[in-house]
Amino acid sequence: MRLERRADTPLVLAITAPLLAVVAALAISGGLIALADVNPATAYAEMLRGAFGSRLAVTETLTRATPLILTGLAAAVAFRARLWNIGAEGQFMAGALVAAWIGHGMLGGVPVLLAVAGVLLAGMAAGAVLLVLPALLRLRFGVDEVVVTLLMNFIVLLVVGLMIEGPLKDPLAFGWPQSVPVDRALMLPDLVARSRLHVGFLLALAAAAAVWALQARTVFGAETRAAGLNPVAATFAGVALPRTLLLVAAISGALAGLSGAIEVLGVTGYVTTTLSPGFGYAGIVVAMLAALHPAGVVAAALFVATVFVGADAMSRATGVPSFIADVIVSVSLLTMLIALLFTSYRIRR
Amino acid sequence: MMQALDIFATASLWAAVLRIATPLIFGVIGALICERSGVLNLGIEGIMTMGAMVGWLAVWFGCDLWTGLALAALAGALLGLLHAGLTVTLGLSQHVSGLAITLFGASLSAYLFRLTVEVGTLPPSIAPFQPLAIPVLSDLPFVGPVLFSQTAPTYLALALVALTAWVLARTPLGLAIRMTGENPDAVAAQGLDPIRIRIGAVVVGSAIMALGGAFLTTAAFNSFFPGMVQGRGWICIALVVFSAWQPGKALLGALLFALFDAYQLRLQHVVAGVPYQLFLMAPYVLSILALVLVARRARVPEALMIPYRRGER
Repeated sequence: MRLERRADTPLVLAITAPLLAVVAALAISGGLIALADVNPATAYAEMLRGAFGSRLAVTETLTRATPLILTGLAAAVAFRARLWNIGAEGQFMAGALVAAWIGHGMLGGVPVLLAVAGVLLAGMAAGAVLLVLPALLRLRFGVDEVVVTLLMNFIVLLVVGLMIEGPLKDPLAFGWPQSVPVDRALMLPDLVARSRLHVGFLLALAAAAAVWALQARTVFGAETRAAGLNPVAATFAGVALPRTLLLVAAISGALAGLSGAIEVLGVTGYVTTTLSPGFGYAGIVVAMLAALHPAGVVAAALFVATVFVGADAMSRATGVPSFIADVIVSVSLLTMLIALLFTSYRIRR
Repeated sequence: MMQALDIFATASLWAAVLRIATPLIFGVIGALICERSGVLNLGIEGIMTMGAMVGWLAVWFGCDLWTGLALAALAGALLGLLHAGLTVTLGLSQHVSGLAITLFGASLSAYLFRLTVEVGTLPPSIAPFQPLAIPVLSDLPFVGPVLFSQTAPTYLALALVALTAWVLARTPLGLAIRMTGENPDAVAAQGLDPIRIRIGAVVVGSAIMALGGAFLTTAAFNSFFPGMVQGRGWICIALVVFSAWQPGKALLGALLFALFDAYQLRLQHVVAGVPYQLFLMAPYVLSILALVLVARRARVPEALMIPYRRGER
């Protein structure tokens, strides 16, 4: 018995594989829920109710999915070109920090639409810089970007802490470490009245569509895929690898930075060091569950958001620690990895 | 200025260096063993967290400290086996599998901890390893507190460095591990099984990483909280590159790093007006700089991150 690489993956398999992976992850995590003396079926029913049981719950789930779609896209874009961006967490925080900084009184006389665009662009630029740097280090010095981007997450979080306790400290927050608020006028409008769901959700969907168009319909998209699949062959085919890699880095970092900027303009209005409950790391899981496809990213982000929002409600109802959400998400990544084996290989006797 | 230099003359600084270096020594040796056989193990951060949790929990439930360490190593070995199954047996991406193990190890430890232990306003604590009191030696001025008053796992870490260096350089097993990391086909031609060697190396390496985590909860501190590993695992991955995959240099790297860390902690009290975050940032910045400095000259194991499949070239 041996494995043989498939030339291409049938669509049915591409869609069923992640579903099977999620089912397997839920089954395994169910065993851990049973350890808490709670019936897994009850727990999962509570989770679904917590995520979709009311109008408010649905809007919360979509609100949570918004940053995950963007960090998922960030990981998907980079991984496709074999650029291991594990720094989306830091790029998210950098985008958020810059958004709060620029958004606080700096754009006073500018028309609102332009000002919002300016803030989002600044967030994207911050994220892009944070990934272009490690990409340059890889090209110039041969430094593995995995470790650099991972370490940068810690550095960025400390920079955020430094800024919100220093130059960007909110004097009106009663000593609570949070940044100055962005101007009210810049906050993204709500999509649904009396909810936290904001226009940023549509921006995230638009970003997914844009990434899909870029990857499927442009030469650049074909080049990144070629660079990821076989760098040597791609070079022979005339792809300028360094340029492609830097562009991919800029796009991936910008998506993660945008995610942070949108979270500030859409949800909180200010930055704290706890703004992200691991959106960057969860984005990696989202991208893998999506098999790096932009449409899949939207679906996978909804799944992860469901787990996170649902687990909080389930935890309150049943007493199962809400850490189970992280367990479900990480086990899904493990099972998806195995599922990917079957989509890209077939077993021959 | 003089005050900043005076710190170097204190025994407490140098005693802290060995203490801070210990989890890094375990981690870097574990990562080095994995990589020498050709497998990058980014699961290290989660494996260390799991080791920290299991070691602590075992002692909390009444095991003695050494049993706690043994169980932590076992938990690490199991996560290592999972990583080896995914990357060596199935040949999946070592990057993604490692990250998955890290996310899984970290979240599972947090979940199991919260499930079994009631956390009140104060974190529950255990009686940790105490500094050794060796007759005569521990009482020596300066060298006594620095070298002979550490907790027992620190000496275990140092012994492991020597053992790893000897096994890798001087034994047939070490030769087989190194060869598997450079040229698995050559190993297979010798009648050995590269897959088994890699699985073994990853399992043993992961067990050692977990000891580094367990040191945090059973010797350096006396309680567990999620996220307490704080990037030490990633720093170990950087240190492996810095050490050019040599155990001796890995020890040196861990000590240098710990010296820097111990020094910045003390410097914070001497230098006024500098935000403490800048000091905390320094270790991470230093790791990146170290990578940049050595990356060009690094002799990476030839077959690192390349899956081996029987009968495939």
